[in-house]
Amino acid sequence: MKIAVLSGKGGTGKTTVSASLAYALQSSQYIDCDVEEPNGALFLKPLIKHFAPVNVRVPKVDEEKCDGCGICSRICRFNAIAVVKGKVLIFPEICHHCAACVIGCQQNAIFEVERSIGVIEADAKGRFMQGRLNIGEPITLPIIKQLKQSLRSDIPVILDCSPGASCTVVQTIEGCDYCILVTEPTPFGLHDLKIAVSLVRKMGLPFGIVINKAMQEDQTIQTYCGQHNIDILMEIPYKREIAESYSKAMLPVHTSEDWKYKFVQMYDRIKGGRVS
Amino acid sequence: MKITVSATGNTMDSQIDQRFGRAAAFVFVETDTMDFEAIDNAAAASSGGAGIAAAQLVADKDVKAVITGNVGPNAMNVLNAANIGIYKVGALTVKENVELFKKGELERISKTVPAHFGMGNK
Repeated sequence: MKIAVLSGKGGTGKTTVSASLAYALQSSQYIDCDVEEPNGALFLKPLIKHFAPVNVRVPKVDEEKCDGCGICSRICRFNAIAVVKGKVLIFPEICHHCAACVIGCQQNAIFEVERSIGVIEADAKGRFMQGRLNIGEPITLPIIKQLKQSLRSDIPVILDCSPGASCTVVQTIEGCDYCILVTEPTPFGLHDLKIAVSLVRKMGLPFGIVINKAMQEDQTIQTYCGQHNIDILMEIPYKREIAESYSKAMLPVHTSEDWKYKFVQMYDRIKGGRVS
Repeated sequence: MKITVSATGNTMDSQIDQRFGRAAAFVFVETDTMDFEAIDNAAAASSGGAGIAAAQLVADKDVKAVITGNVGPNAMNVLNAANIGIYKVGALTVKENVELFKKGELERISKTVPAHFGMGNK
């Protein structure tokens, strides 16, 4: 079973929930798809053994063949090519690797070269994997695509998403069996939760909600979930001890059998389809 | 000499737009006659590479100079390759800036602002 953990708003506790779930389950695969800032490793402490570069193909010009006509610049949907004074200027970091320029060039003057944008790191058995985008690179999708080629089918897979509800999240949750939406009882938490809910509903994915930093005196998320018929899977209380141990890279599941059991129970509930 | 000014509108009296890549429009002016033509900047709404596309637009018009507020690193590369001078705006409207340019009173820019500087700003 493939479970994606997303949130909309950043900092609500995606990694807390996904790392806890991966830790609590006896056998699981954890995949950090937050490739701009992967941090699940802080809590799961894997021994990284494998490194695989993520390469993309970007255009290069054979100046002997190029006649400076400018078709490549006009064809590029992403403004990655300019042609001035008959000279082609390519901006590889903006390129989305669609190869339209290669196809469109009448002189066959454009060819592709490999360019590394990041790396995939894994432990010995591939039970922990994370993508890492090189600093300064703007395009994350090829890394997530490559990560998703290594999903196990024999054990539960937990995918830790990036914040937001844009392409990277869509790419991560596509094809998953279930989505856990992590939120917090703040106006921003609720606002971004609504965006995340409309995304998973649009994609037709079953989902439920974990309320992190839950407080008795603030029931805004519970009220929203009640009104929209959304399952609440778990509430993690707003407690100083949890924050303190978090600052030392410790999760409640590390020290408490009770919390471990709660996460296993949540997984069983999701797997049993006893949630909408 | 043909030059262009990044502007928020499409007349000689329009206000300048501080942004280059995401300027609303470019007003192209023939400095000898003060004849002008305005073109909406299609790149303003693009998700990326706005500066490159805007620089391509003005380079295709064969201008000798651009008057604008801020230019990003990619746009600067294209403008330099096209041998187009970049000048910092010195007044509020297109017309006033062209007059200042003709008198040689605008400062030439060679420094860029960081990438994505004009995104979401007005």
